Amino acid sequence: MAPHPLVGGHTRSGSCVRLLVVTSRIGRSSQRNTDPLSWPLGGTRRGKRFSGRKALILGKVVLVTGVARQLGGRFVRRIQRDPEVDRVVAVDAVPPEHHLGGADFVQADIRQPGIARVLAETGADTVVHLDVTGTPLGSGNRASLKETNVIGTMQLLGACQKSPSVRRLVVKSSTNVYGSAPRDPGVFTETTPPKSLPSGGFAKDTVEVEGYVRGFARRRPDVAVCVLRFANILGPTADTPLASYFALPVLPTVFGYDPRLQFVHEDDVIEVLRIASHEPRRGTLNSGTFNIAGDGVLLLSQCSRRLGRPTVPLLLPAVTWAGSLVRTLGMTDFSPEQIRLLTHGRVVATGQMRETLGFQPKYTTAETFADFARSQGPGLLPPEALAGAVDRIAALPLAGGGHPPTQSAN
Amino acid sequence: MADAKVIPFDDDRSRGGAAQRPQRRRSAGNRRPGTESVPVREVQPLPTRAAPQDDVPVTSEEQPPEESQGGEGGLERRIAGGLAFLRRRLTGDYEVDDFGYDEELTDQVLMSLLRPLYEKYFRVEVKGVENIPSEGGALIVANHSGTLPMDGLMMQVAVHDNHPAGRHLRLLAADLVFMLPVVNELARKLGHTLACAEDASRLLEQGELVGVMPEGFKGLGKPFADRYKLQRFGRGGFVSTALRAGTPIVPCSIVGAEEIYPMIGNAKTVARLLGFPYFPITPTFPWLGPLGAVPLPTKWTIQFGEPIPTDGYPPEAAEDPMLMFNLTDQVREQIQHTLYKLLVQRRSVFF
Repeated sequence: MAPHPLVGGHTRSGSCVRLLVVTSRIGRSSQRNTDPLSWPLGGTRRGKRFSGRKALILGKVVLVTGVARQLGGRFVRRIQRDPEVDRVVAVDAVPPEHHLGGADFVQADIRQPGIARVLAETGADTVVHLDVTGTPLGSGNRASLKETNVIGTMQLLGACQKSPSVRRLVVKSSTNVYGSAPRDPGVFTETTPPKSLPSGGFAKDTVEVEGYVRGFARRRPDVAVCVLRFANILGPTADTPLASYFALPVLPTVFGYDPRLQFVHEDDVIEVLRIASHEPRRGTLNSGTFNIAGDGVLLLSQCSRRLGRPTVPLLLPAVTWAGSLVRTLGMTDFSPEQIRLLTHGRVVATGQMRETLGFQPKYTTAETFADFARSQGPGLLPPEALAGAVDRIAALPLAGGGHPPTQSAN
Repeated sequence: MADAKVIPFDDDRSRGGAAQRPQRRRSAGNRRPGTESVPVREVQPLPTRAAPQDDVPVTSEEQPPEESQGGEGGLERRIAGGLAFLRRRLTGDYEVDDFGYDEELTDQVLMSLLRPLYEKYFRVEVKGVENIPSEGGALIVANHSGTLPMDGLMMQVAVHDNHPAGRHLRLLAADLVFMLPVVNELARKLGHTLACAEDASRLLEQGELVGVMPEGFKGLGKPFADRYKLQRFGRGGFVSTALRAGTPIVPCSIVGAEEIYPMIGNAKTVARLLGFPYFPITPTFPWLGPLGAVPLPTKWTIQFGEPIPTDGYPPEAAEDPMLMFNLTDQVREQIQHTLYKLLVQRRSVFF
């Protein structure tokens, strides 16, 4: 098997010697098992078994980062209810506004080495790293966000490497790592090499984060590492860049392109994070890299119509220019990567999620979007009003009123 | 109808032999030998009076009442159907598959736009449509020509309108298609996707009918002097994809597309500036401007050949380059042979 381009891209910082070691290890592990998933994190299967024995003896201490966000807070509250979890340590640089359901909150910045002490003192055996996000919290800017994403991950992984108690690491990543280009295949699998690596923004952060996580998995083969690449997370409380895009009263789109989008519901995100942070169920394997997305696909035009928001098609250069203008004004993170997603779209295969991880999402892409749309309030062109207008036309005697189209539509 | 035009070329029909003439499937239903145009004309005034009665044709069976009740009931149903369609489109209440294929839009709108071109302009004659399996995956491999990829679109209409199971063809297109605005959107909605092994095998595993033109731009943009000479078939990737999926390969020969834009020159500098693989110069283009971009009304024949099975090979066969080359050559030879045969039978380029 040829070395993964992502691996190649991220050993840049390492020495040549390390690069050699990496490739030889990949070669060996790919000979040993044919599972395409496990090779980027070679040797994690062994770790799984160890951790199983340990966890049963000690009980489970889960350390969660990024709890000041809605998603982190929800996950902390949820995982505390699991019987096998003894203690949840919630970490973030700022105290959360929401309650954490009795979890121990430790105010620590993961960009500082202090996180190692937190890890050592709590003796956490499972680390769930959720502090990889696309939107700054509160008044933060893009630079500090990148610091948290990349440097924070490095510090956290360094701390995990030193901690003998860590048995399991779950990292929230994103399908942004695939980029989106017209030369990409229609559907990405976990092993598809990206045609063009993301050039900046959150997408580049996730690529770098995954690179460091792979390095960690090599150095600590006894730790089960699970990287979850989430499609666009939506839901009533989601604070992703795409959610803020859909909140605009009029959606700017790229003329002549109708991207395919995939969504995953917040509830499913919480559920799959839970599956990944516990012992794998019989017949499943929860270490490796997995795409997480709801079934099905929505086109951007469908999204705008279901949301009832009119679109303004703009030429691609104009969109790029407007994006940079908006970014300069600091209104929203309308990054080039975001524009590329809204130009070419991105769809990932979720076969590994179903078969290997054993997770069935509760919400399809369309249901996720419907749930999101309900929380958004009506747009300028509510679909009900449009449907009603068509029905009125159908009811006109001229159009042969006997059969209102609602019958066939229902 | 088109029948009138075909009558003078009687032997054209006899040559067609077992293959059926390309009939629009919609009109085929109405044209029952017994109930011809006479009853339709008789009843024409009736529906205007009998508007409230129109529950009857809806609940009863399709064929005979439609003939007797006349155009009005059908029209009414079509308006109602059209409004329901409009309602679904406006509210976004329709489905697309993972590749962005919008079956409803393709069937109701895009195919109807292509059909006049297919029926009236190029008068496509389809042969051997029974060689396409009625279920399960299959890879249709065709020659590529005509400067603009009209042949792919016509092949898609041919399969959709002629196949008894009404199968949809999923074409594999070059990356240039997905870079151009509007074109990429329409291509995705028509069910096309990028010509790469990942997408092809995913579609074949889903049991779809996949169409590929392995000559690519080499075939599409070849000079007029080289017409009907098959170019190299890529690197034979389509064979290994079909072998991995164990689906048959159906060779397809398209005659007529070569002459729609006789390319007598290639403005390479312009092509490089625009980022296209070639920039065609034909006797009319670019001299006559947009008028020069109207294709010549050639008469087309699309012949689907005997399927070549690939399920008899062991799984490691897809890794065997020798077998790849042999199978690629076999497919290529079969298409080339059929092309020559069809050309010999052809009376004229335009009729």
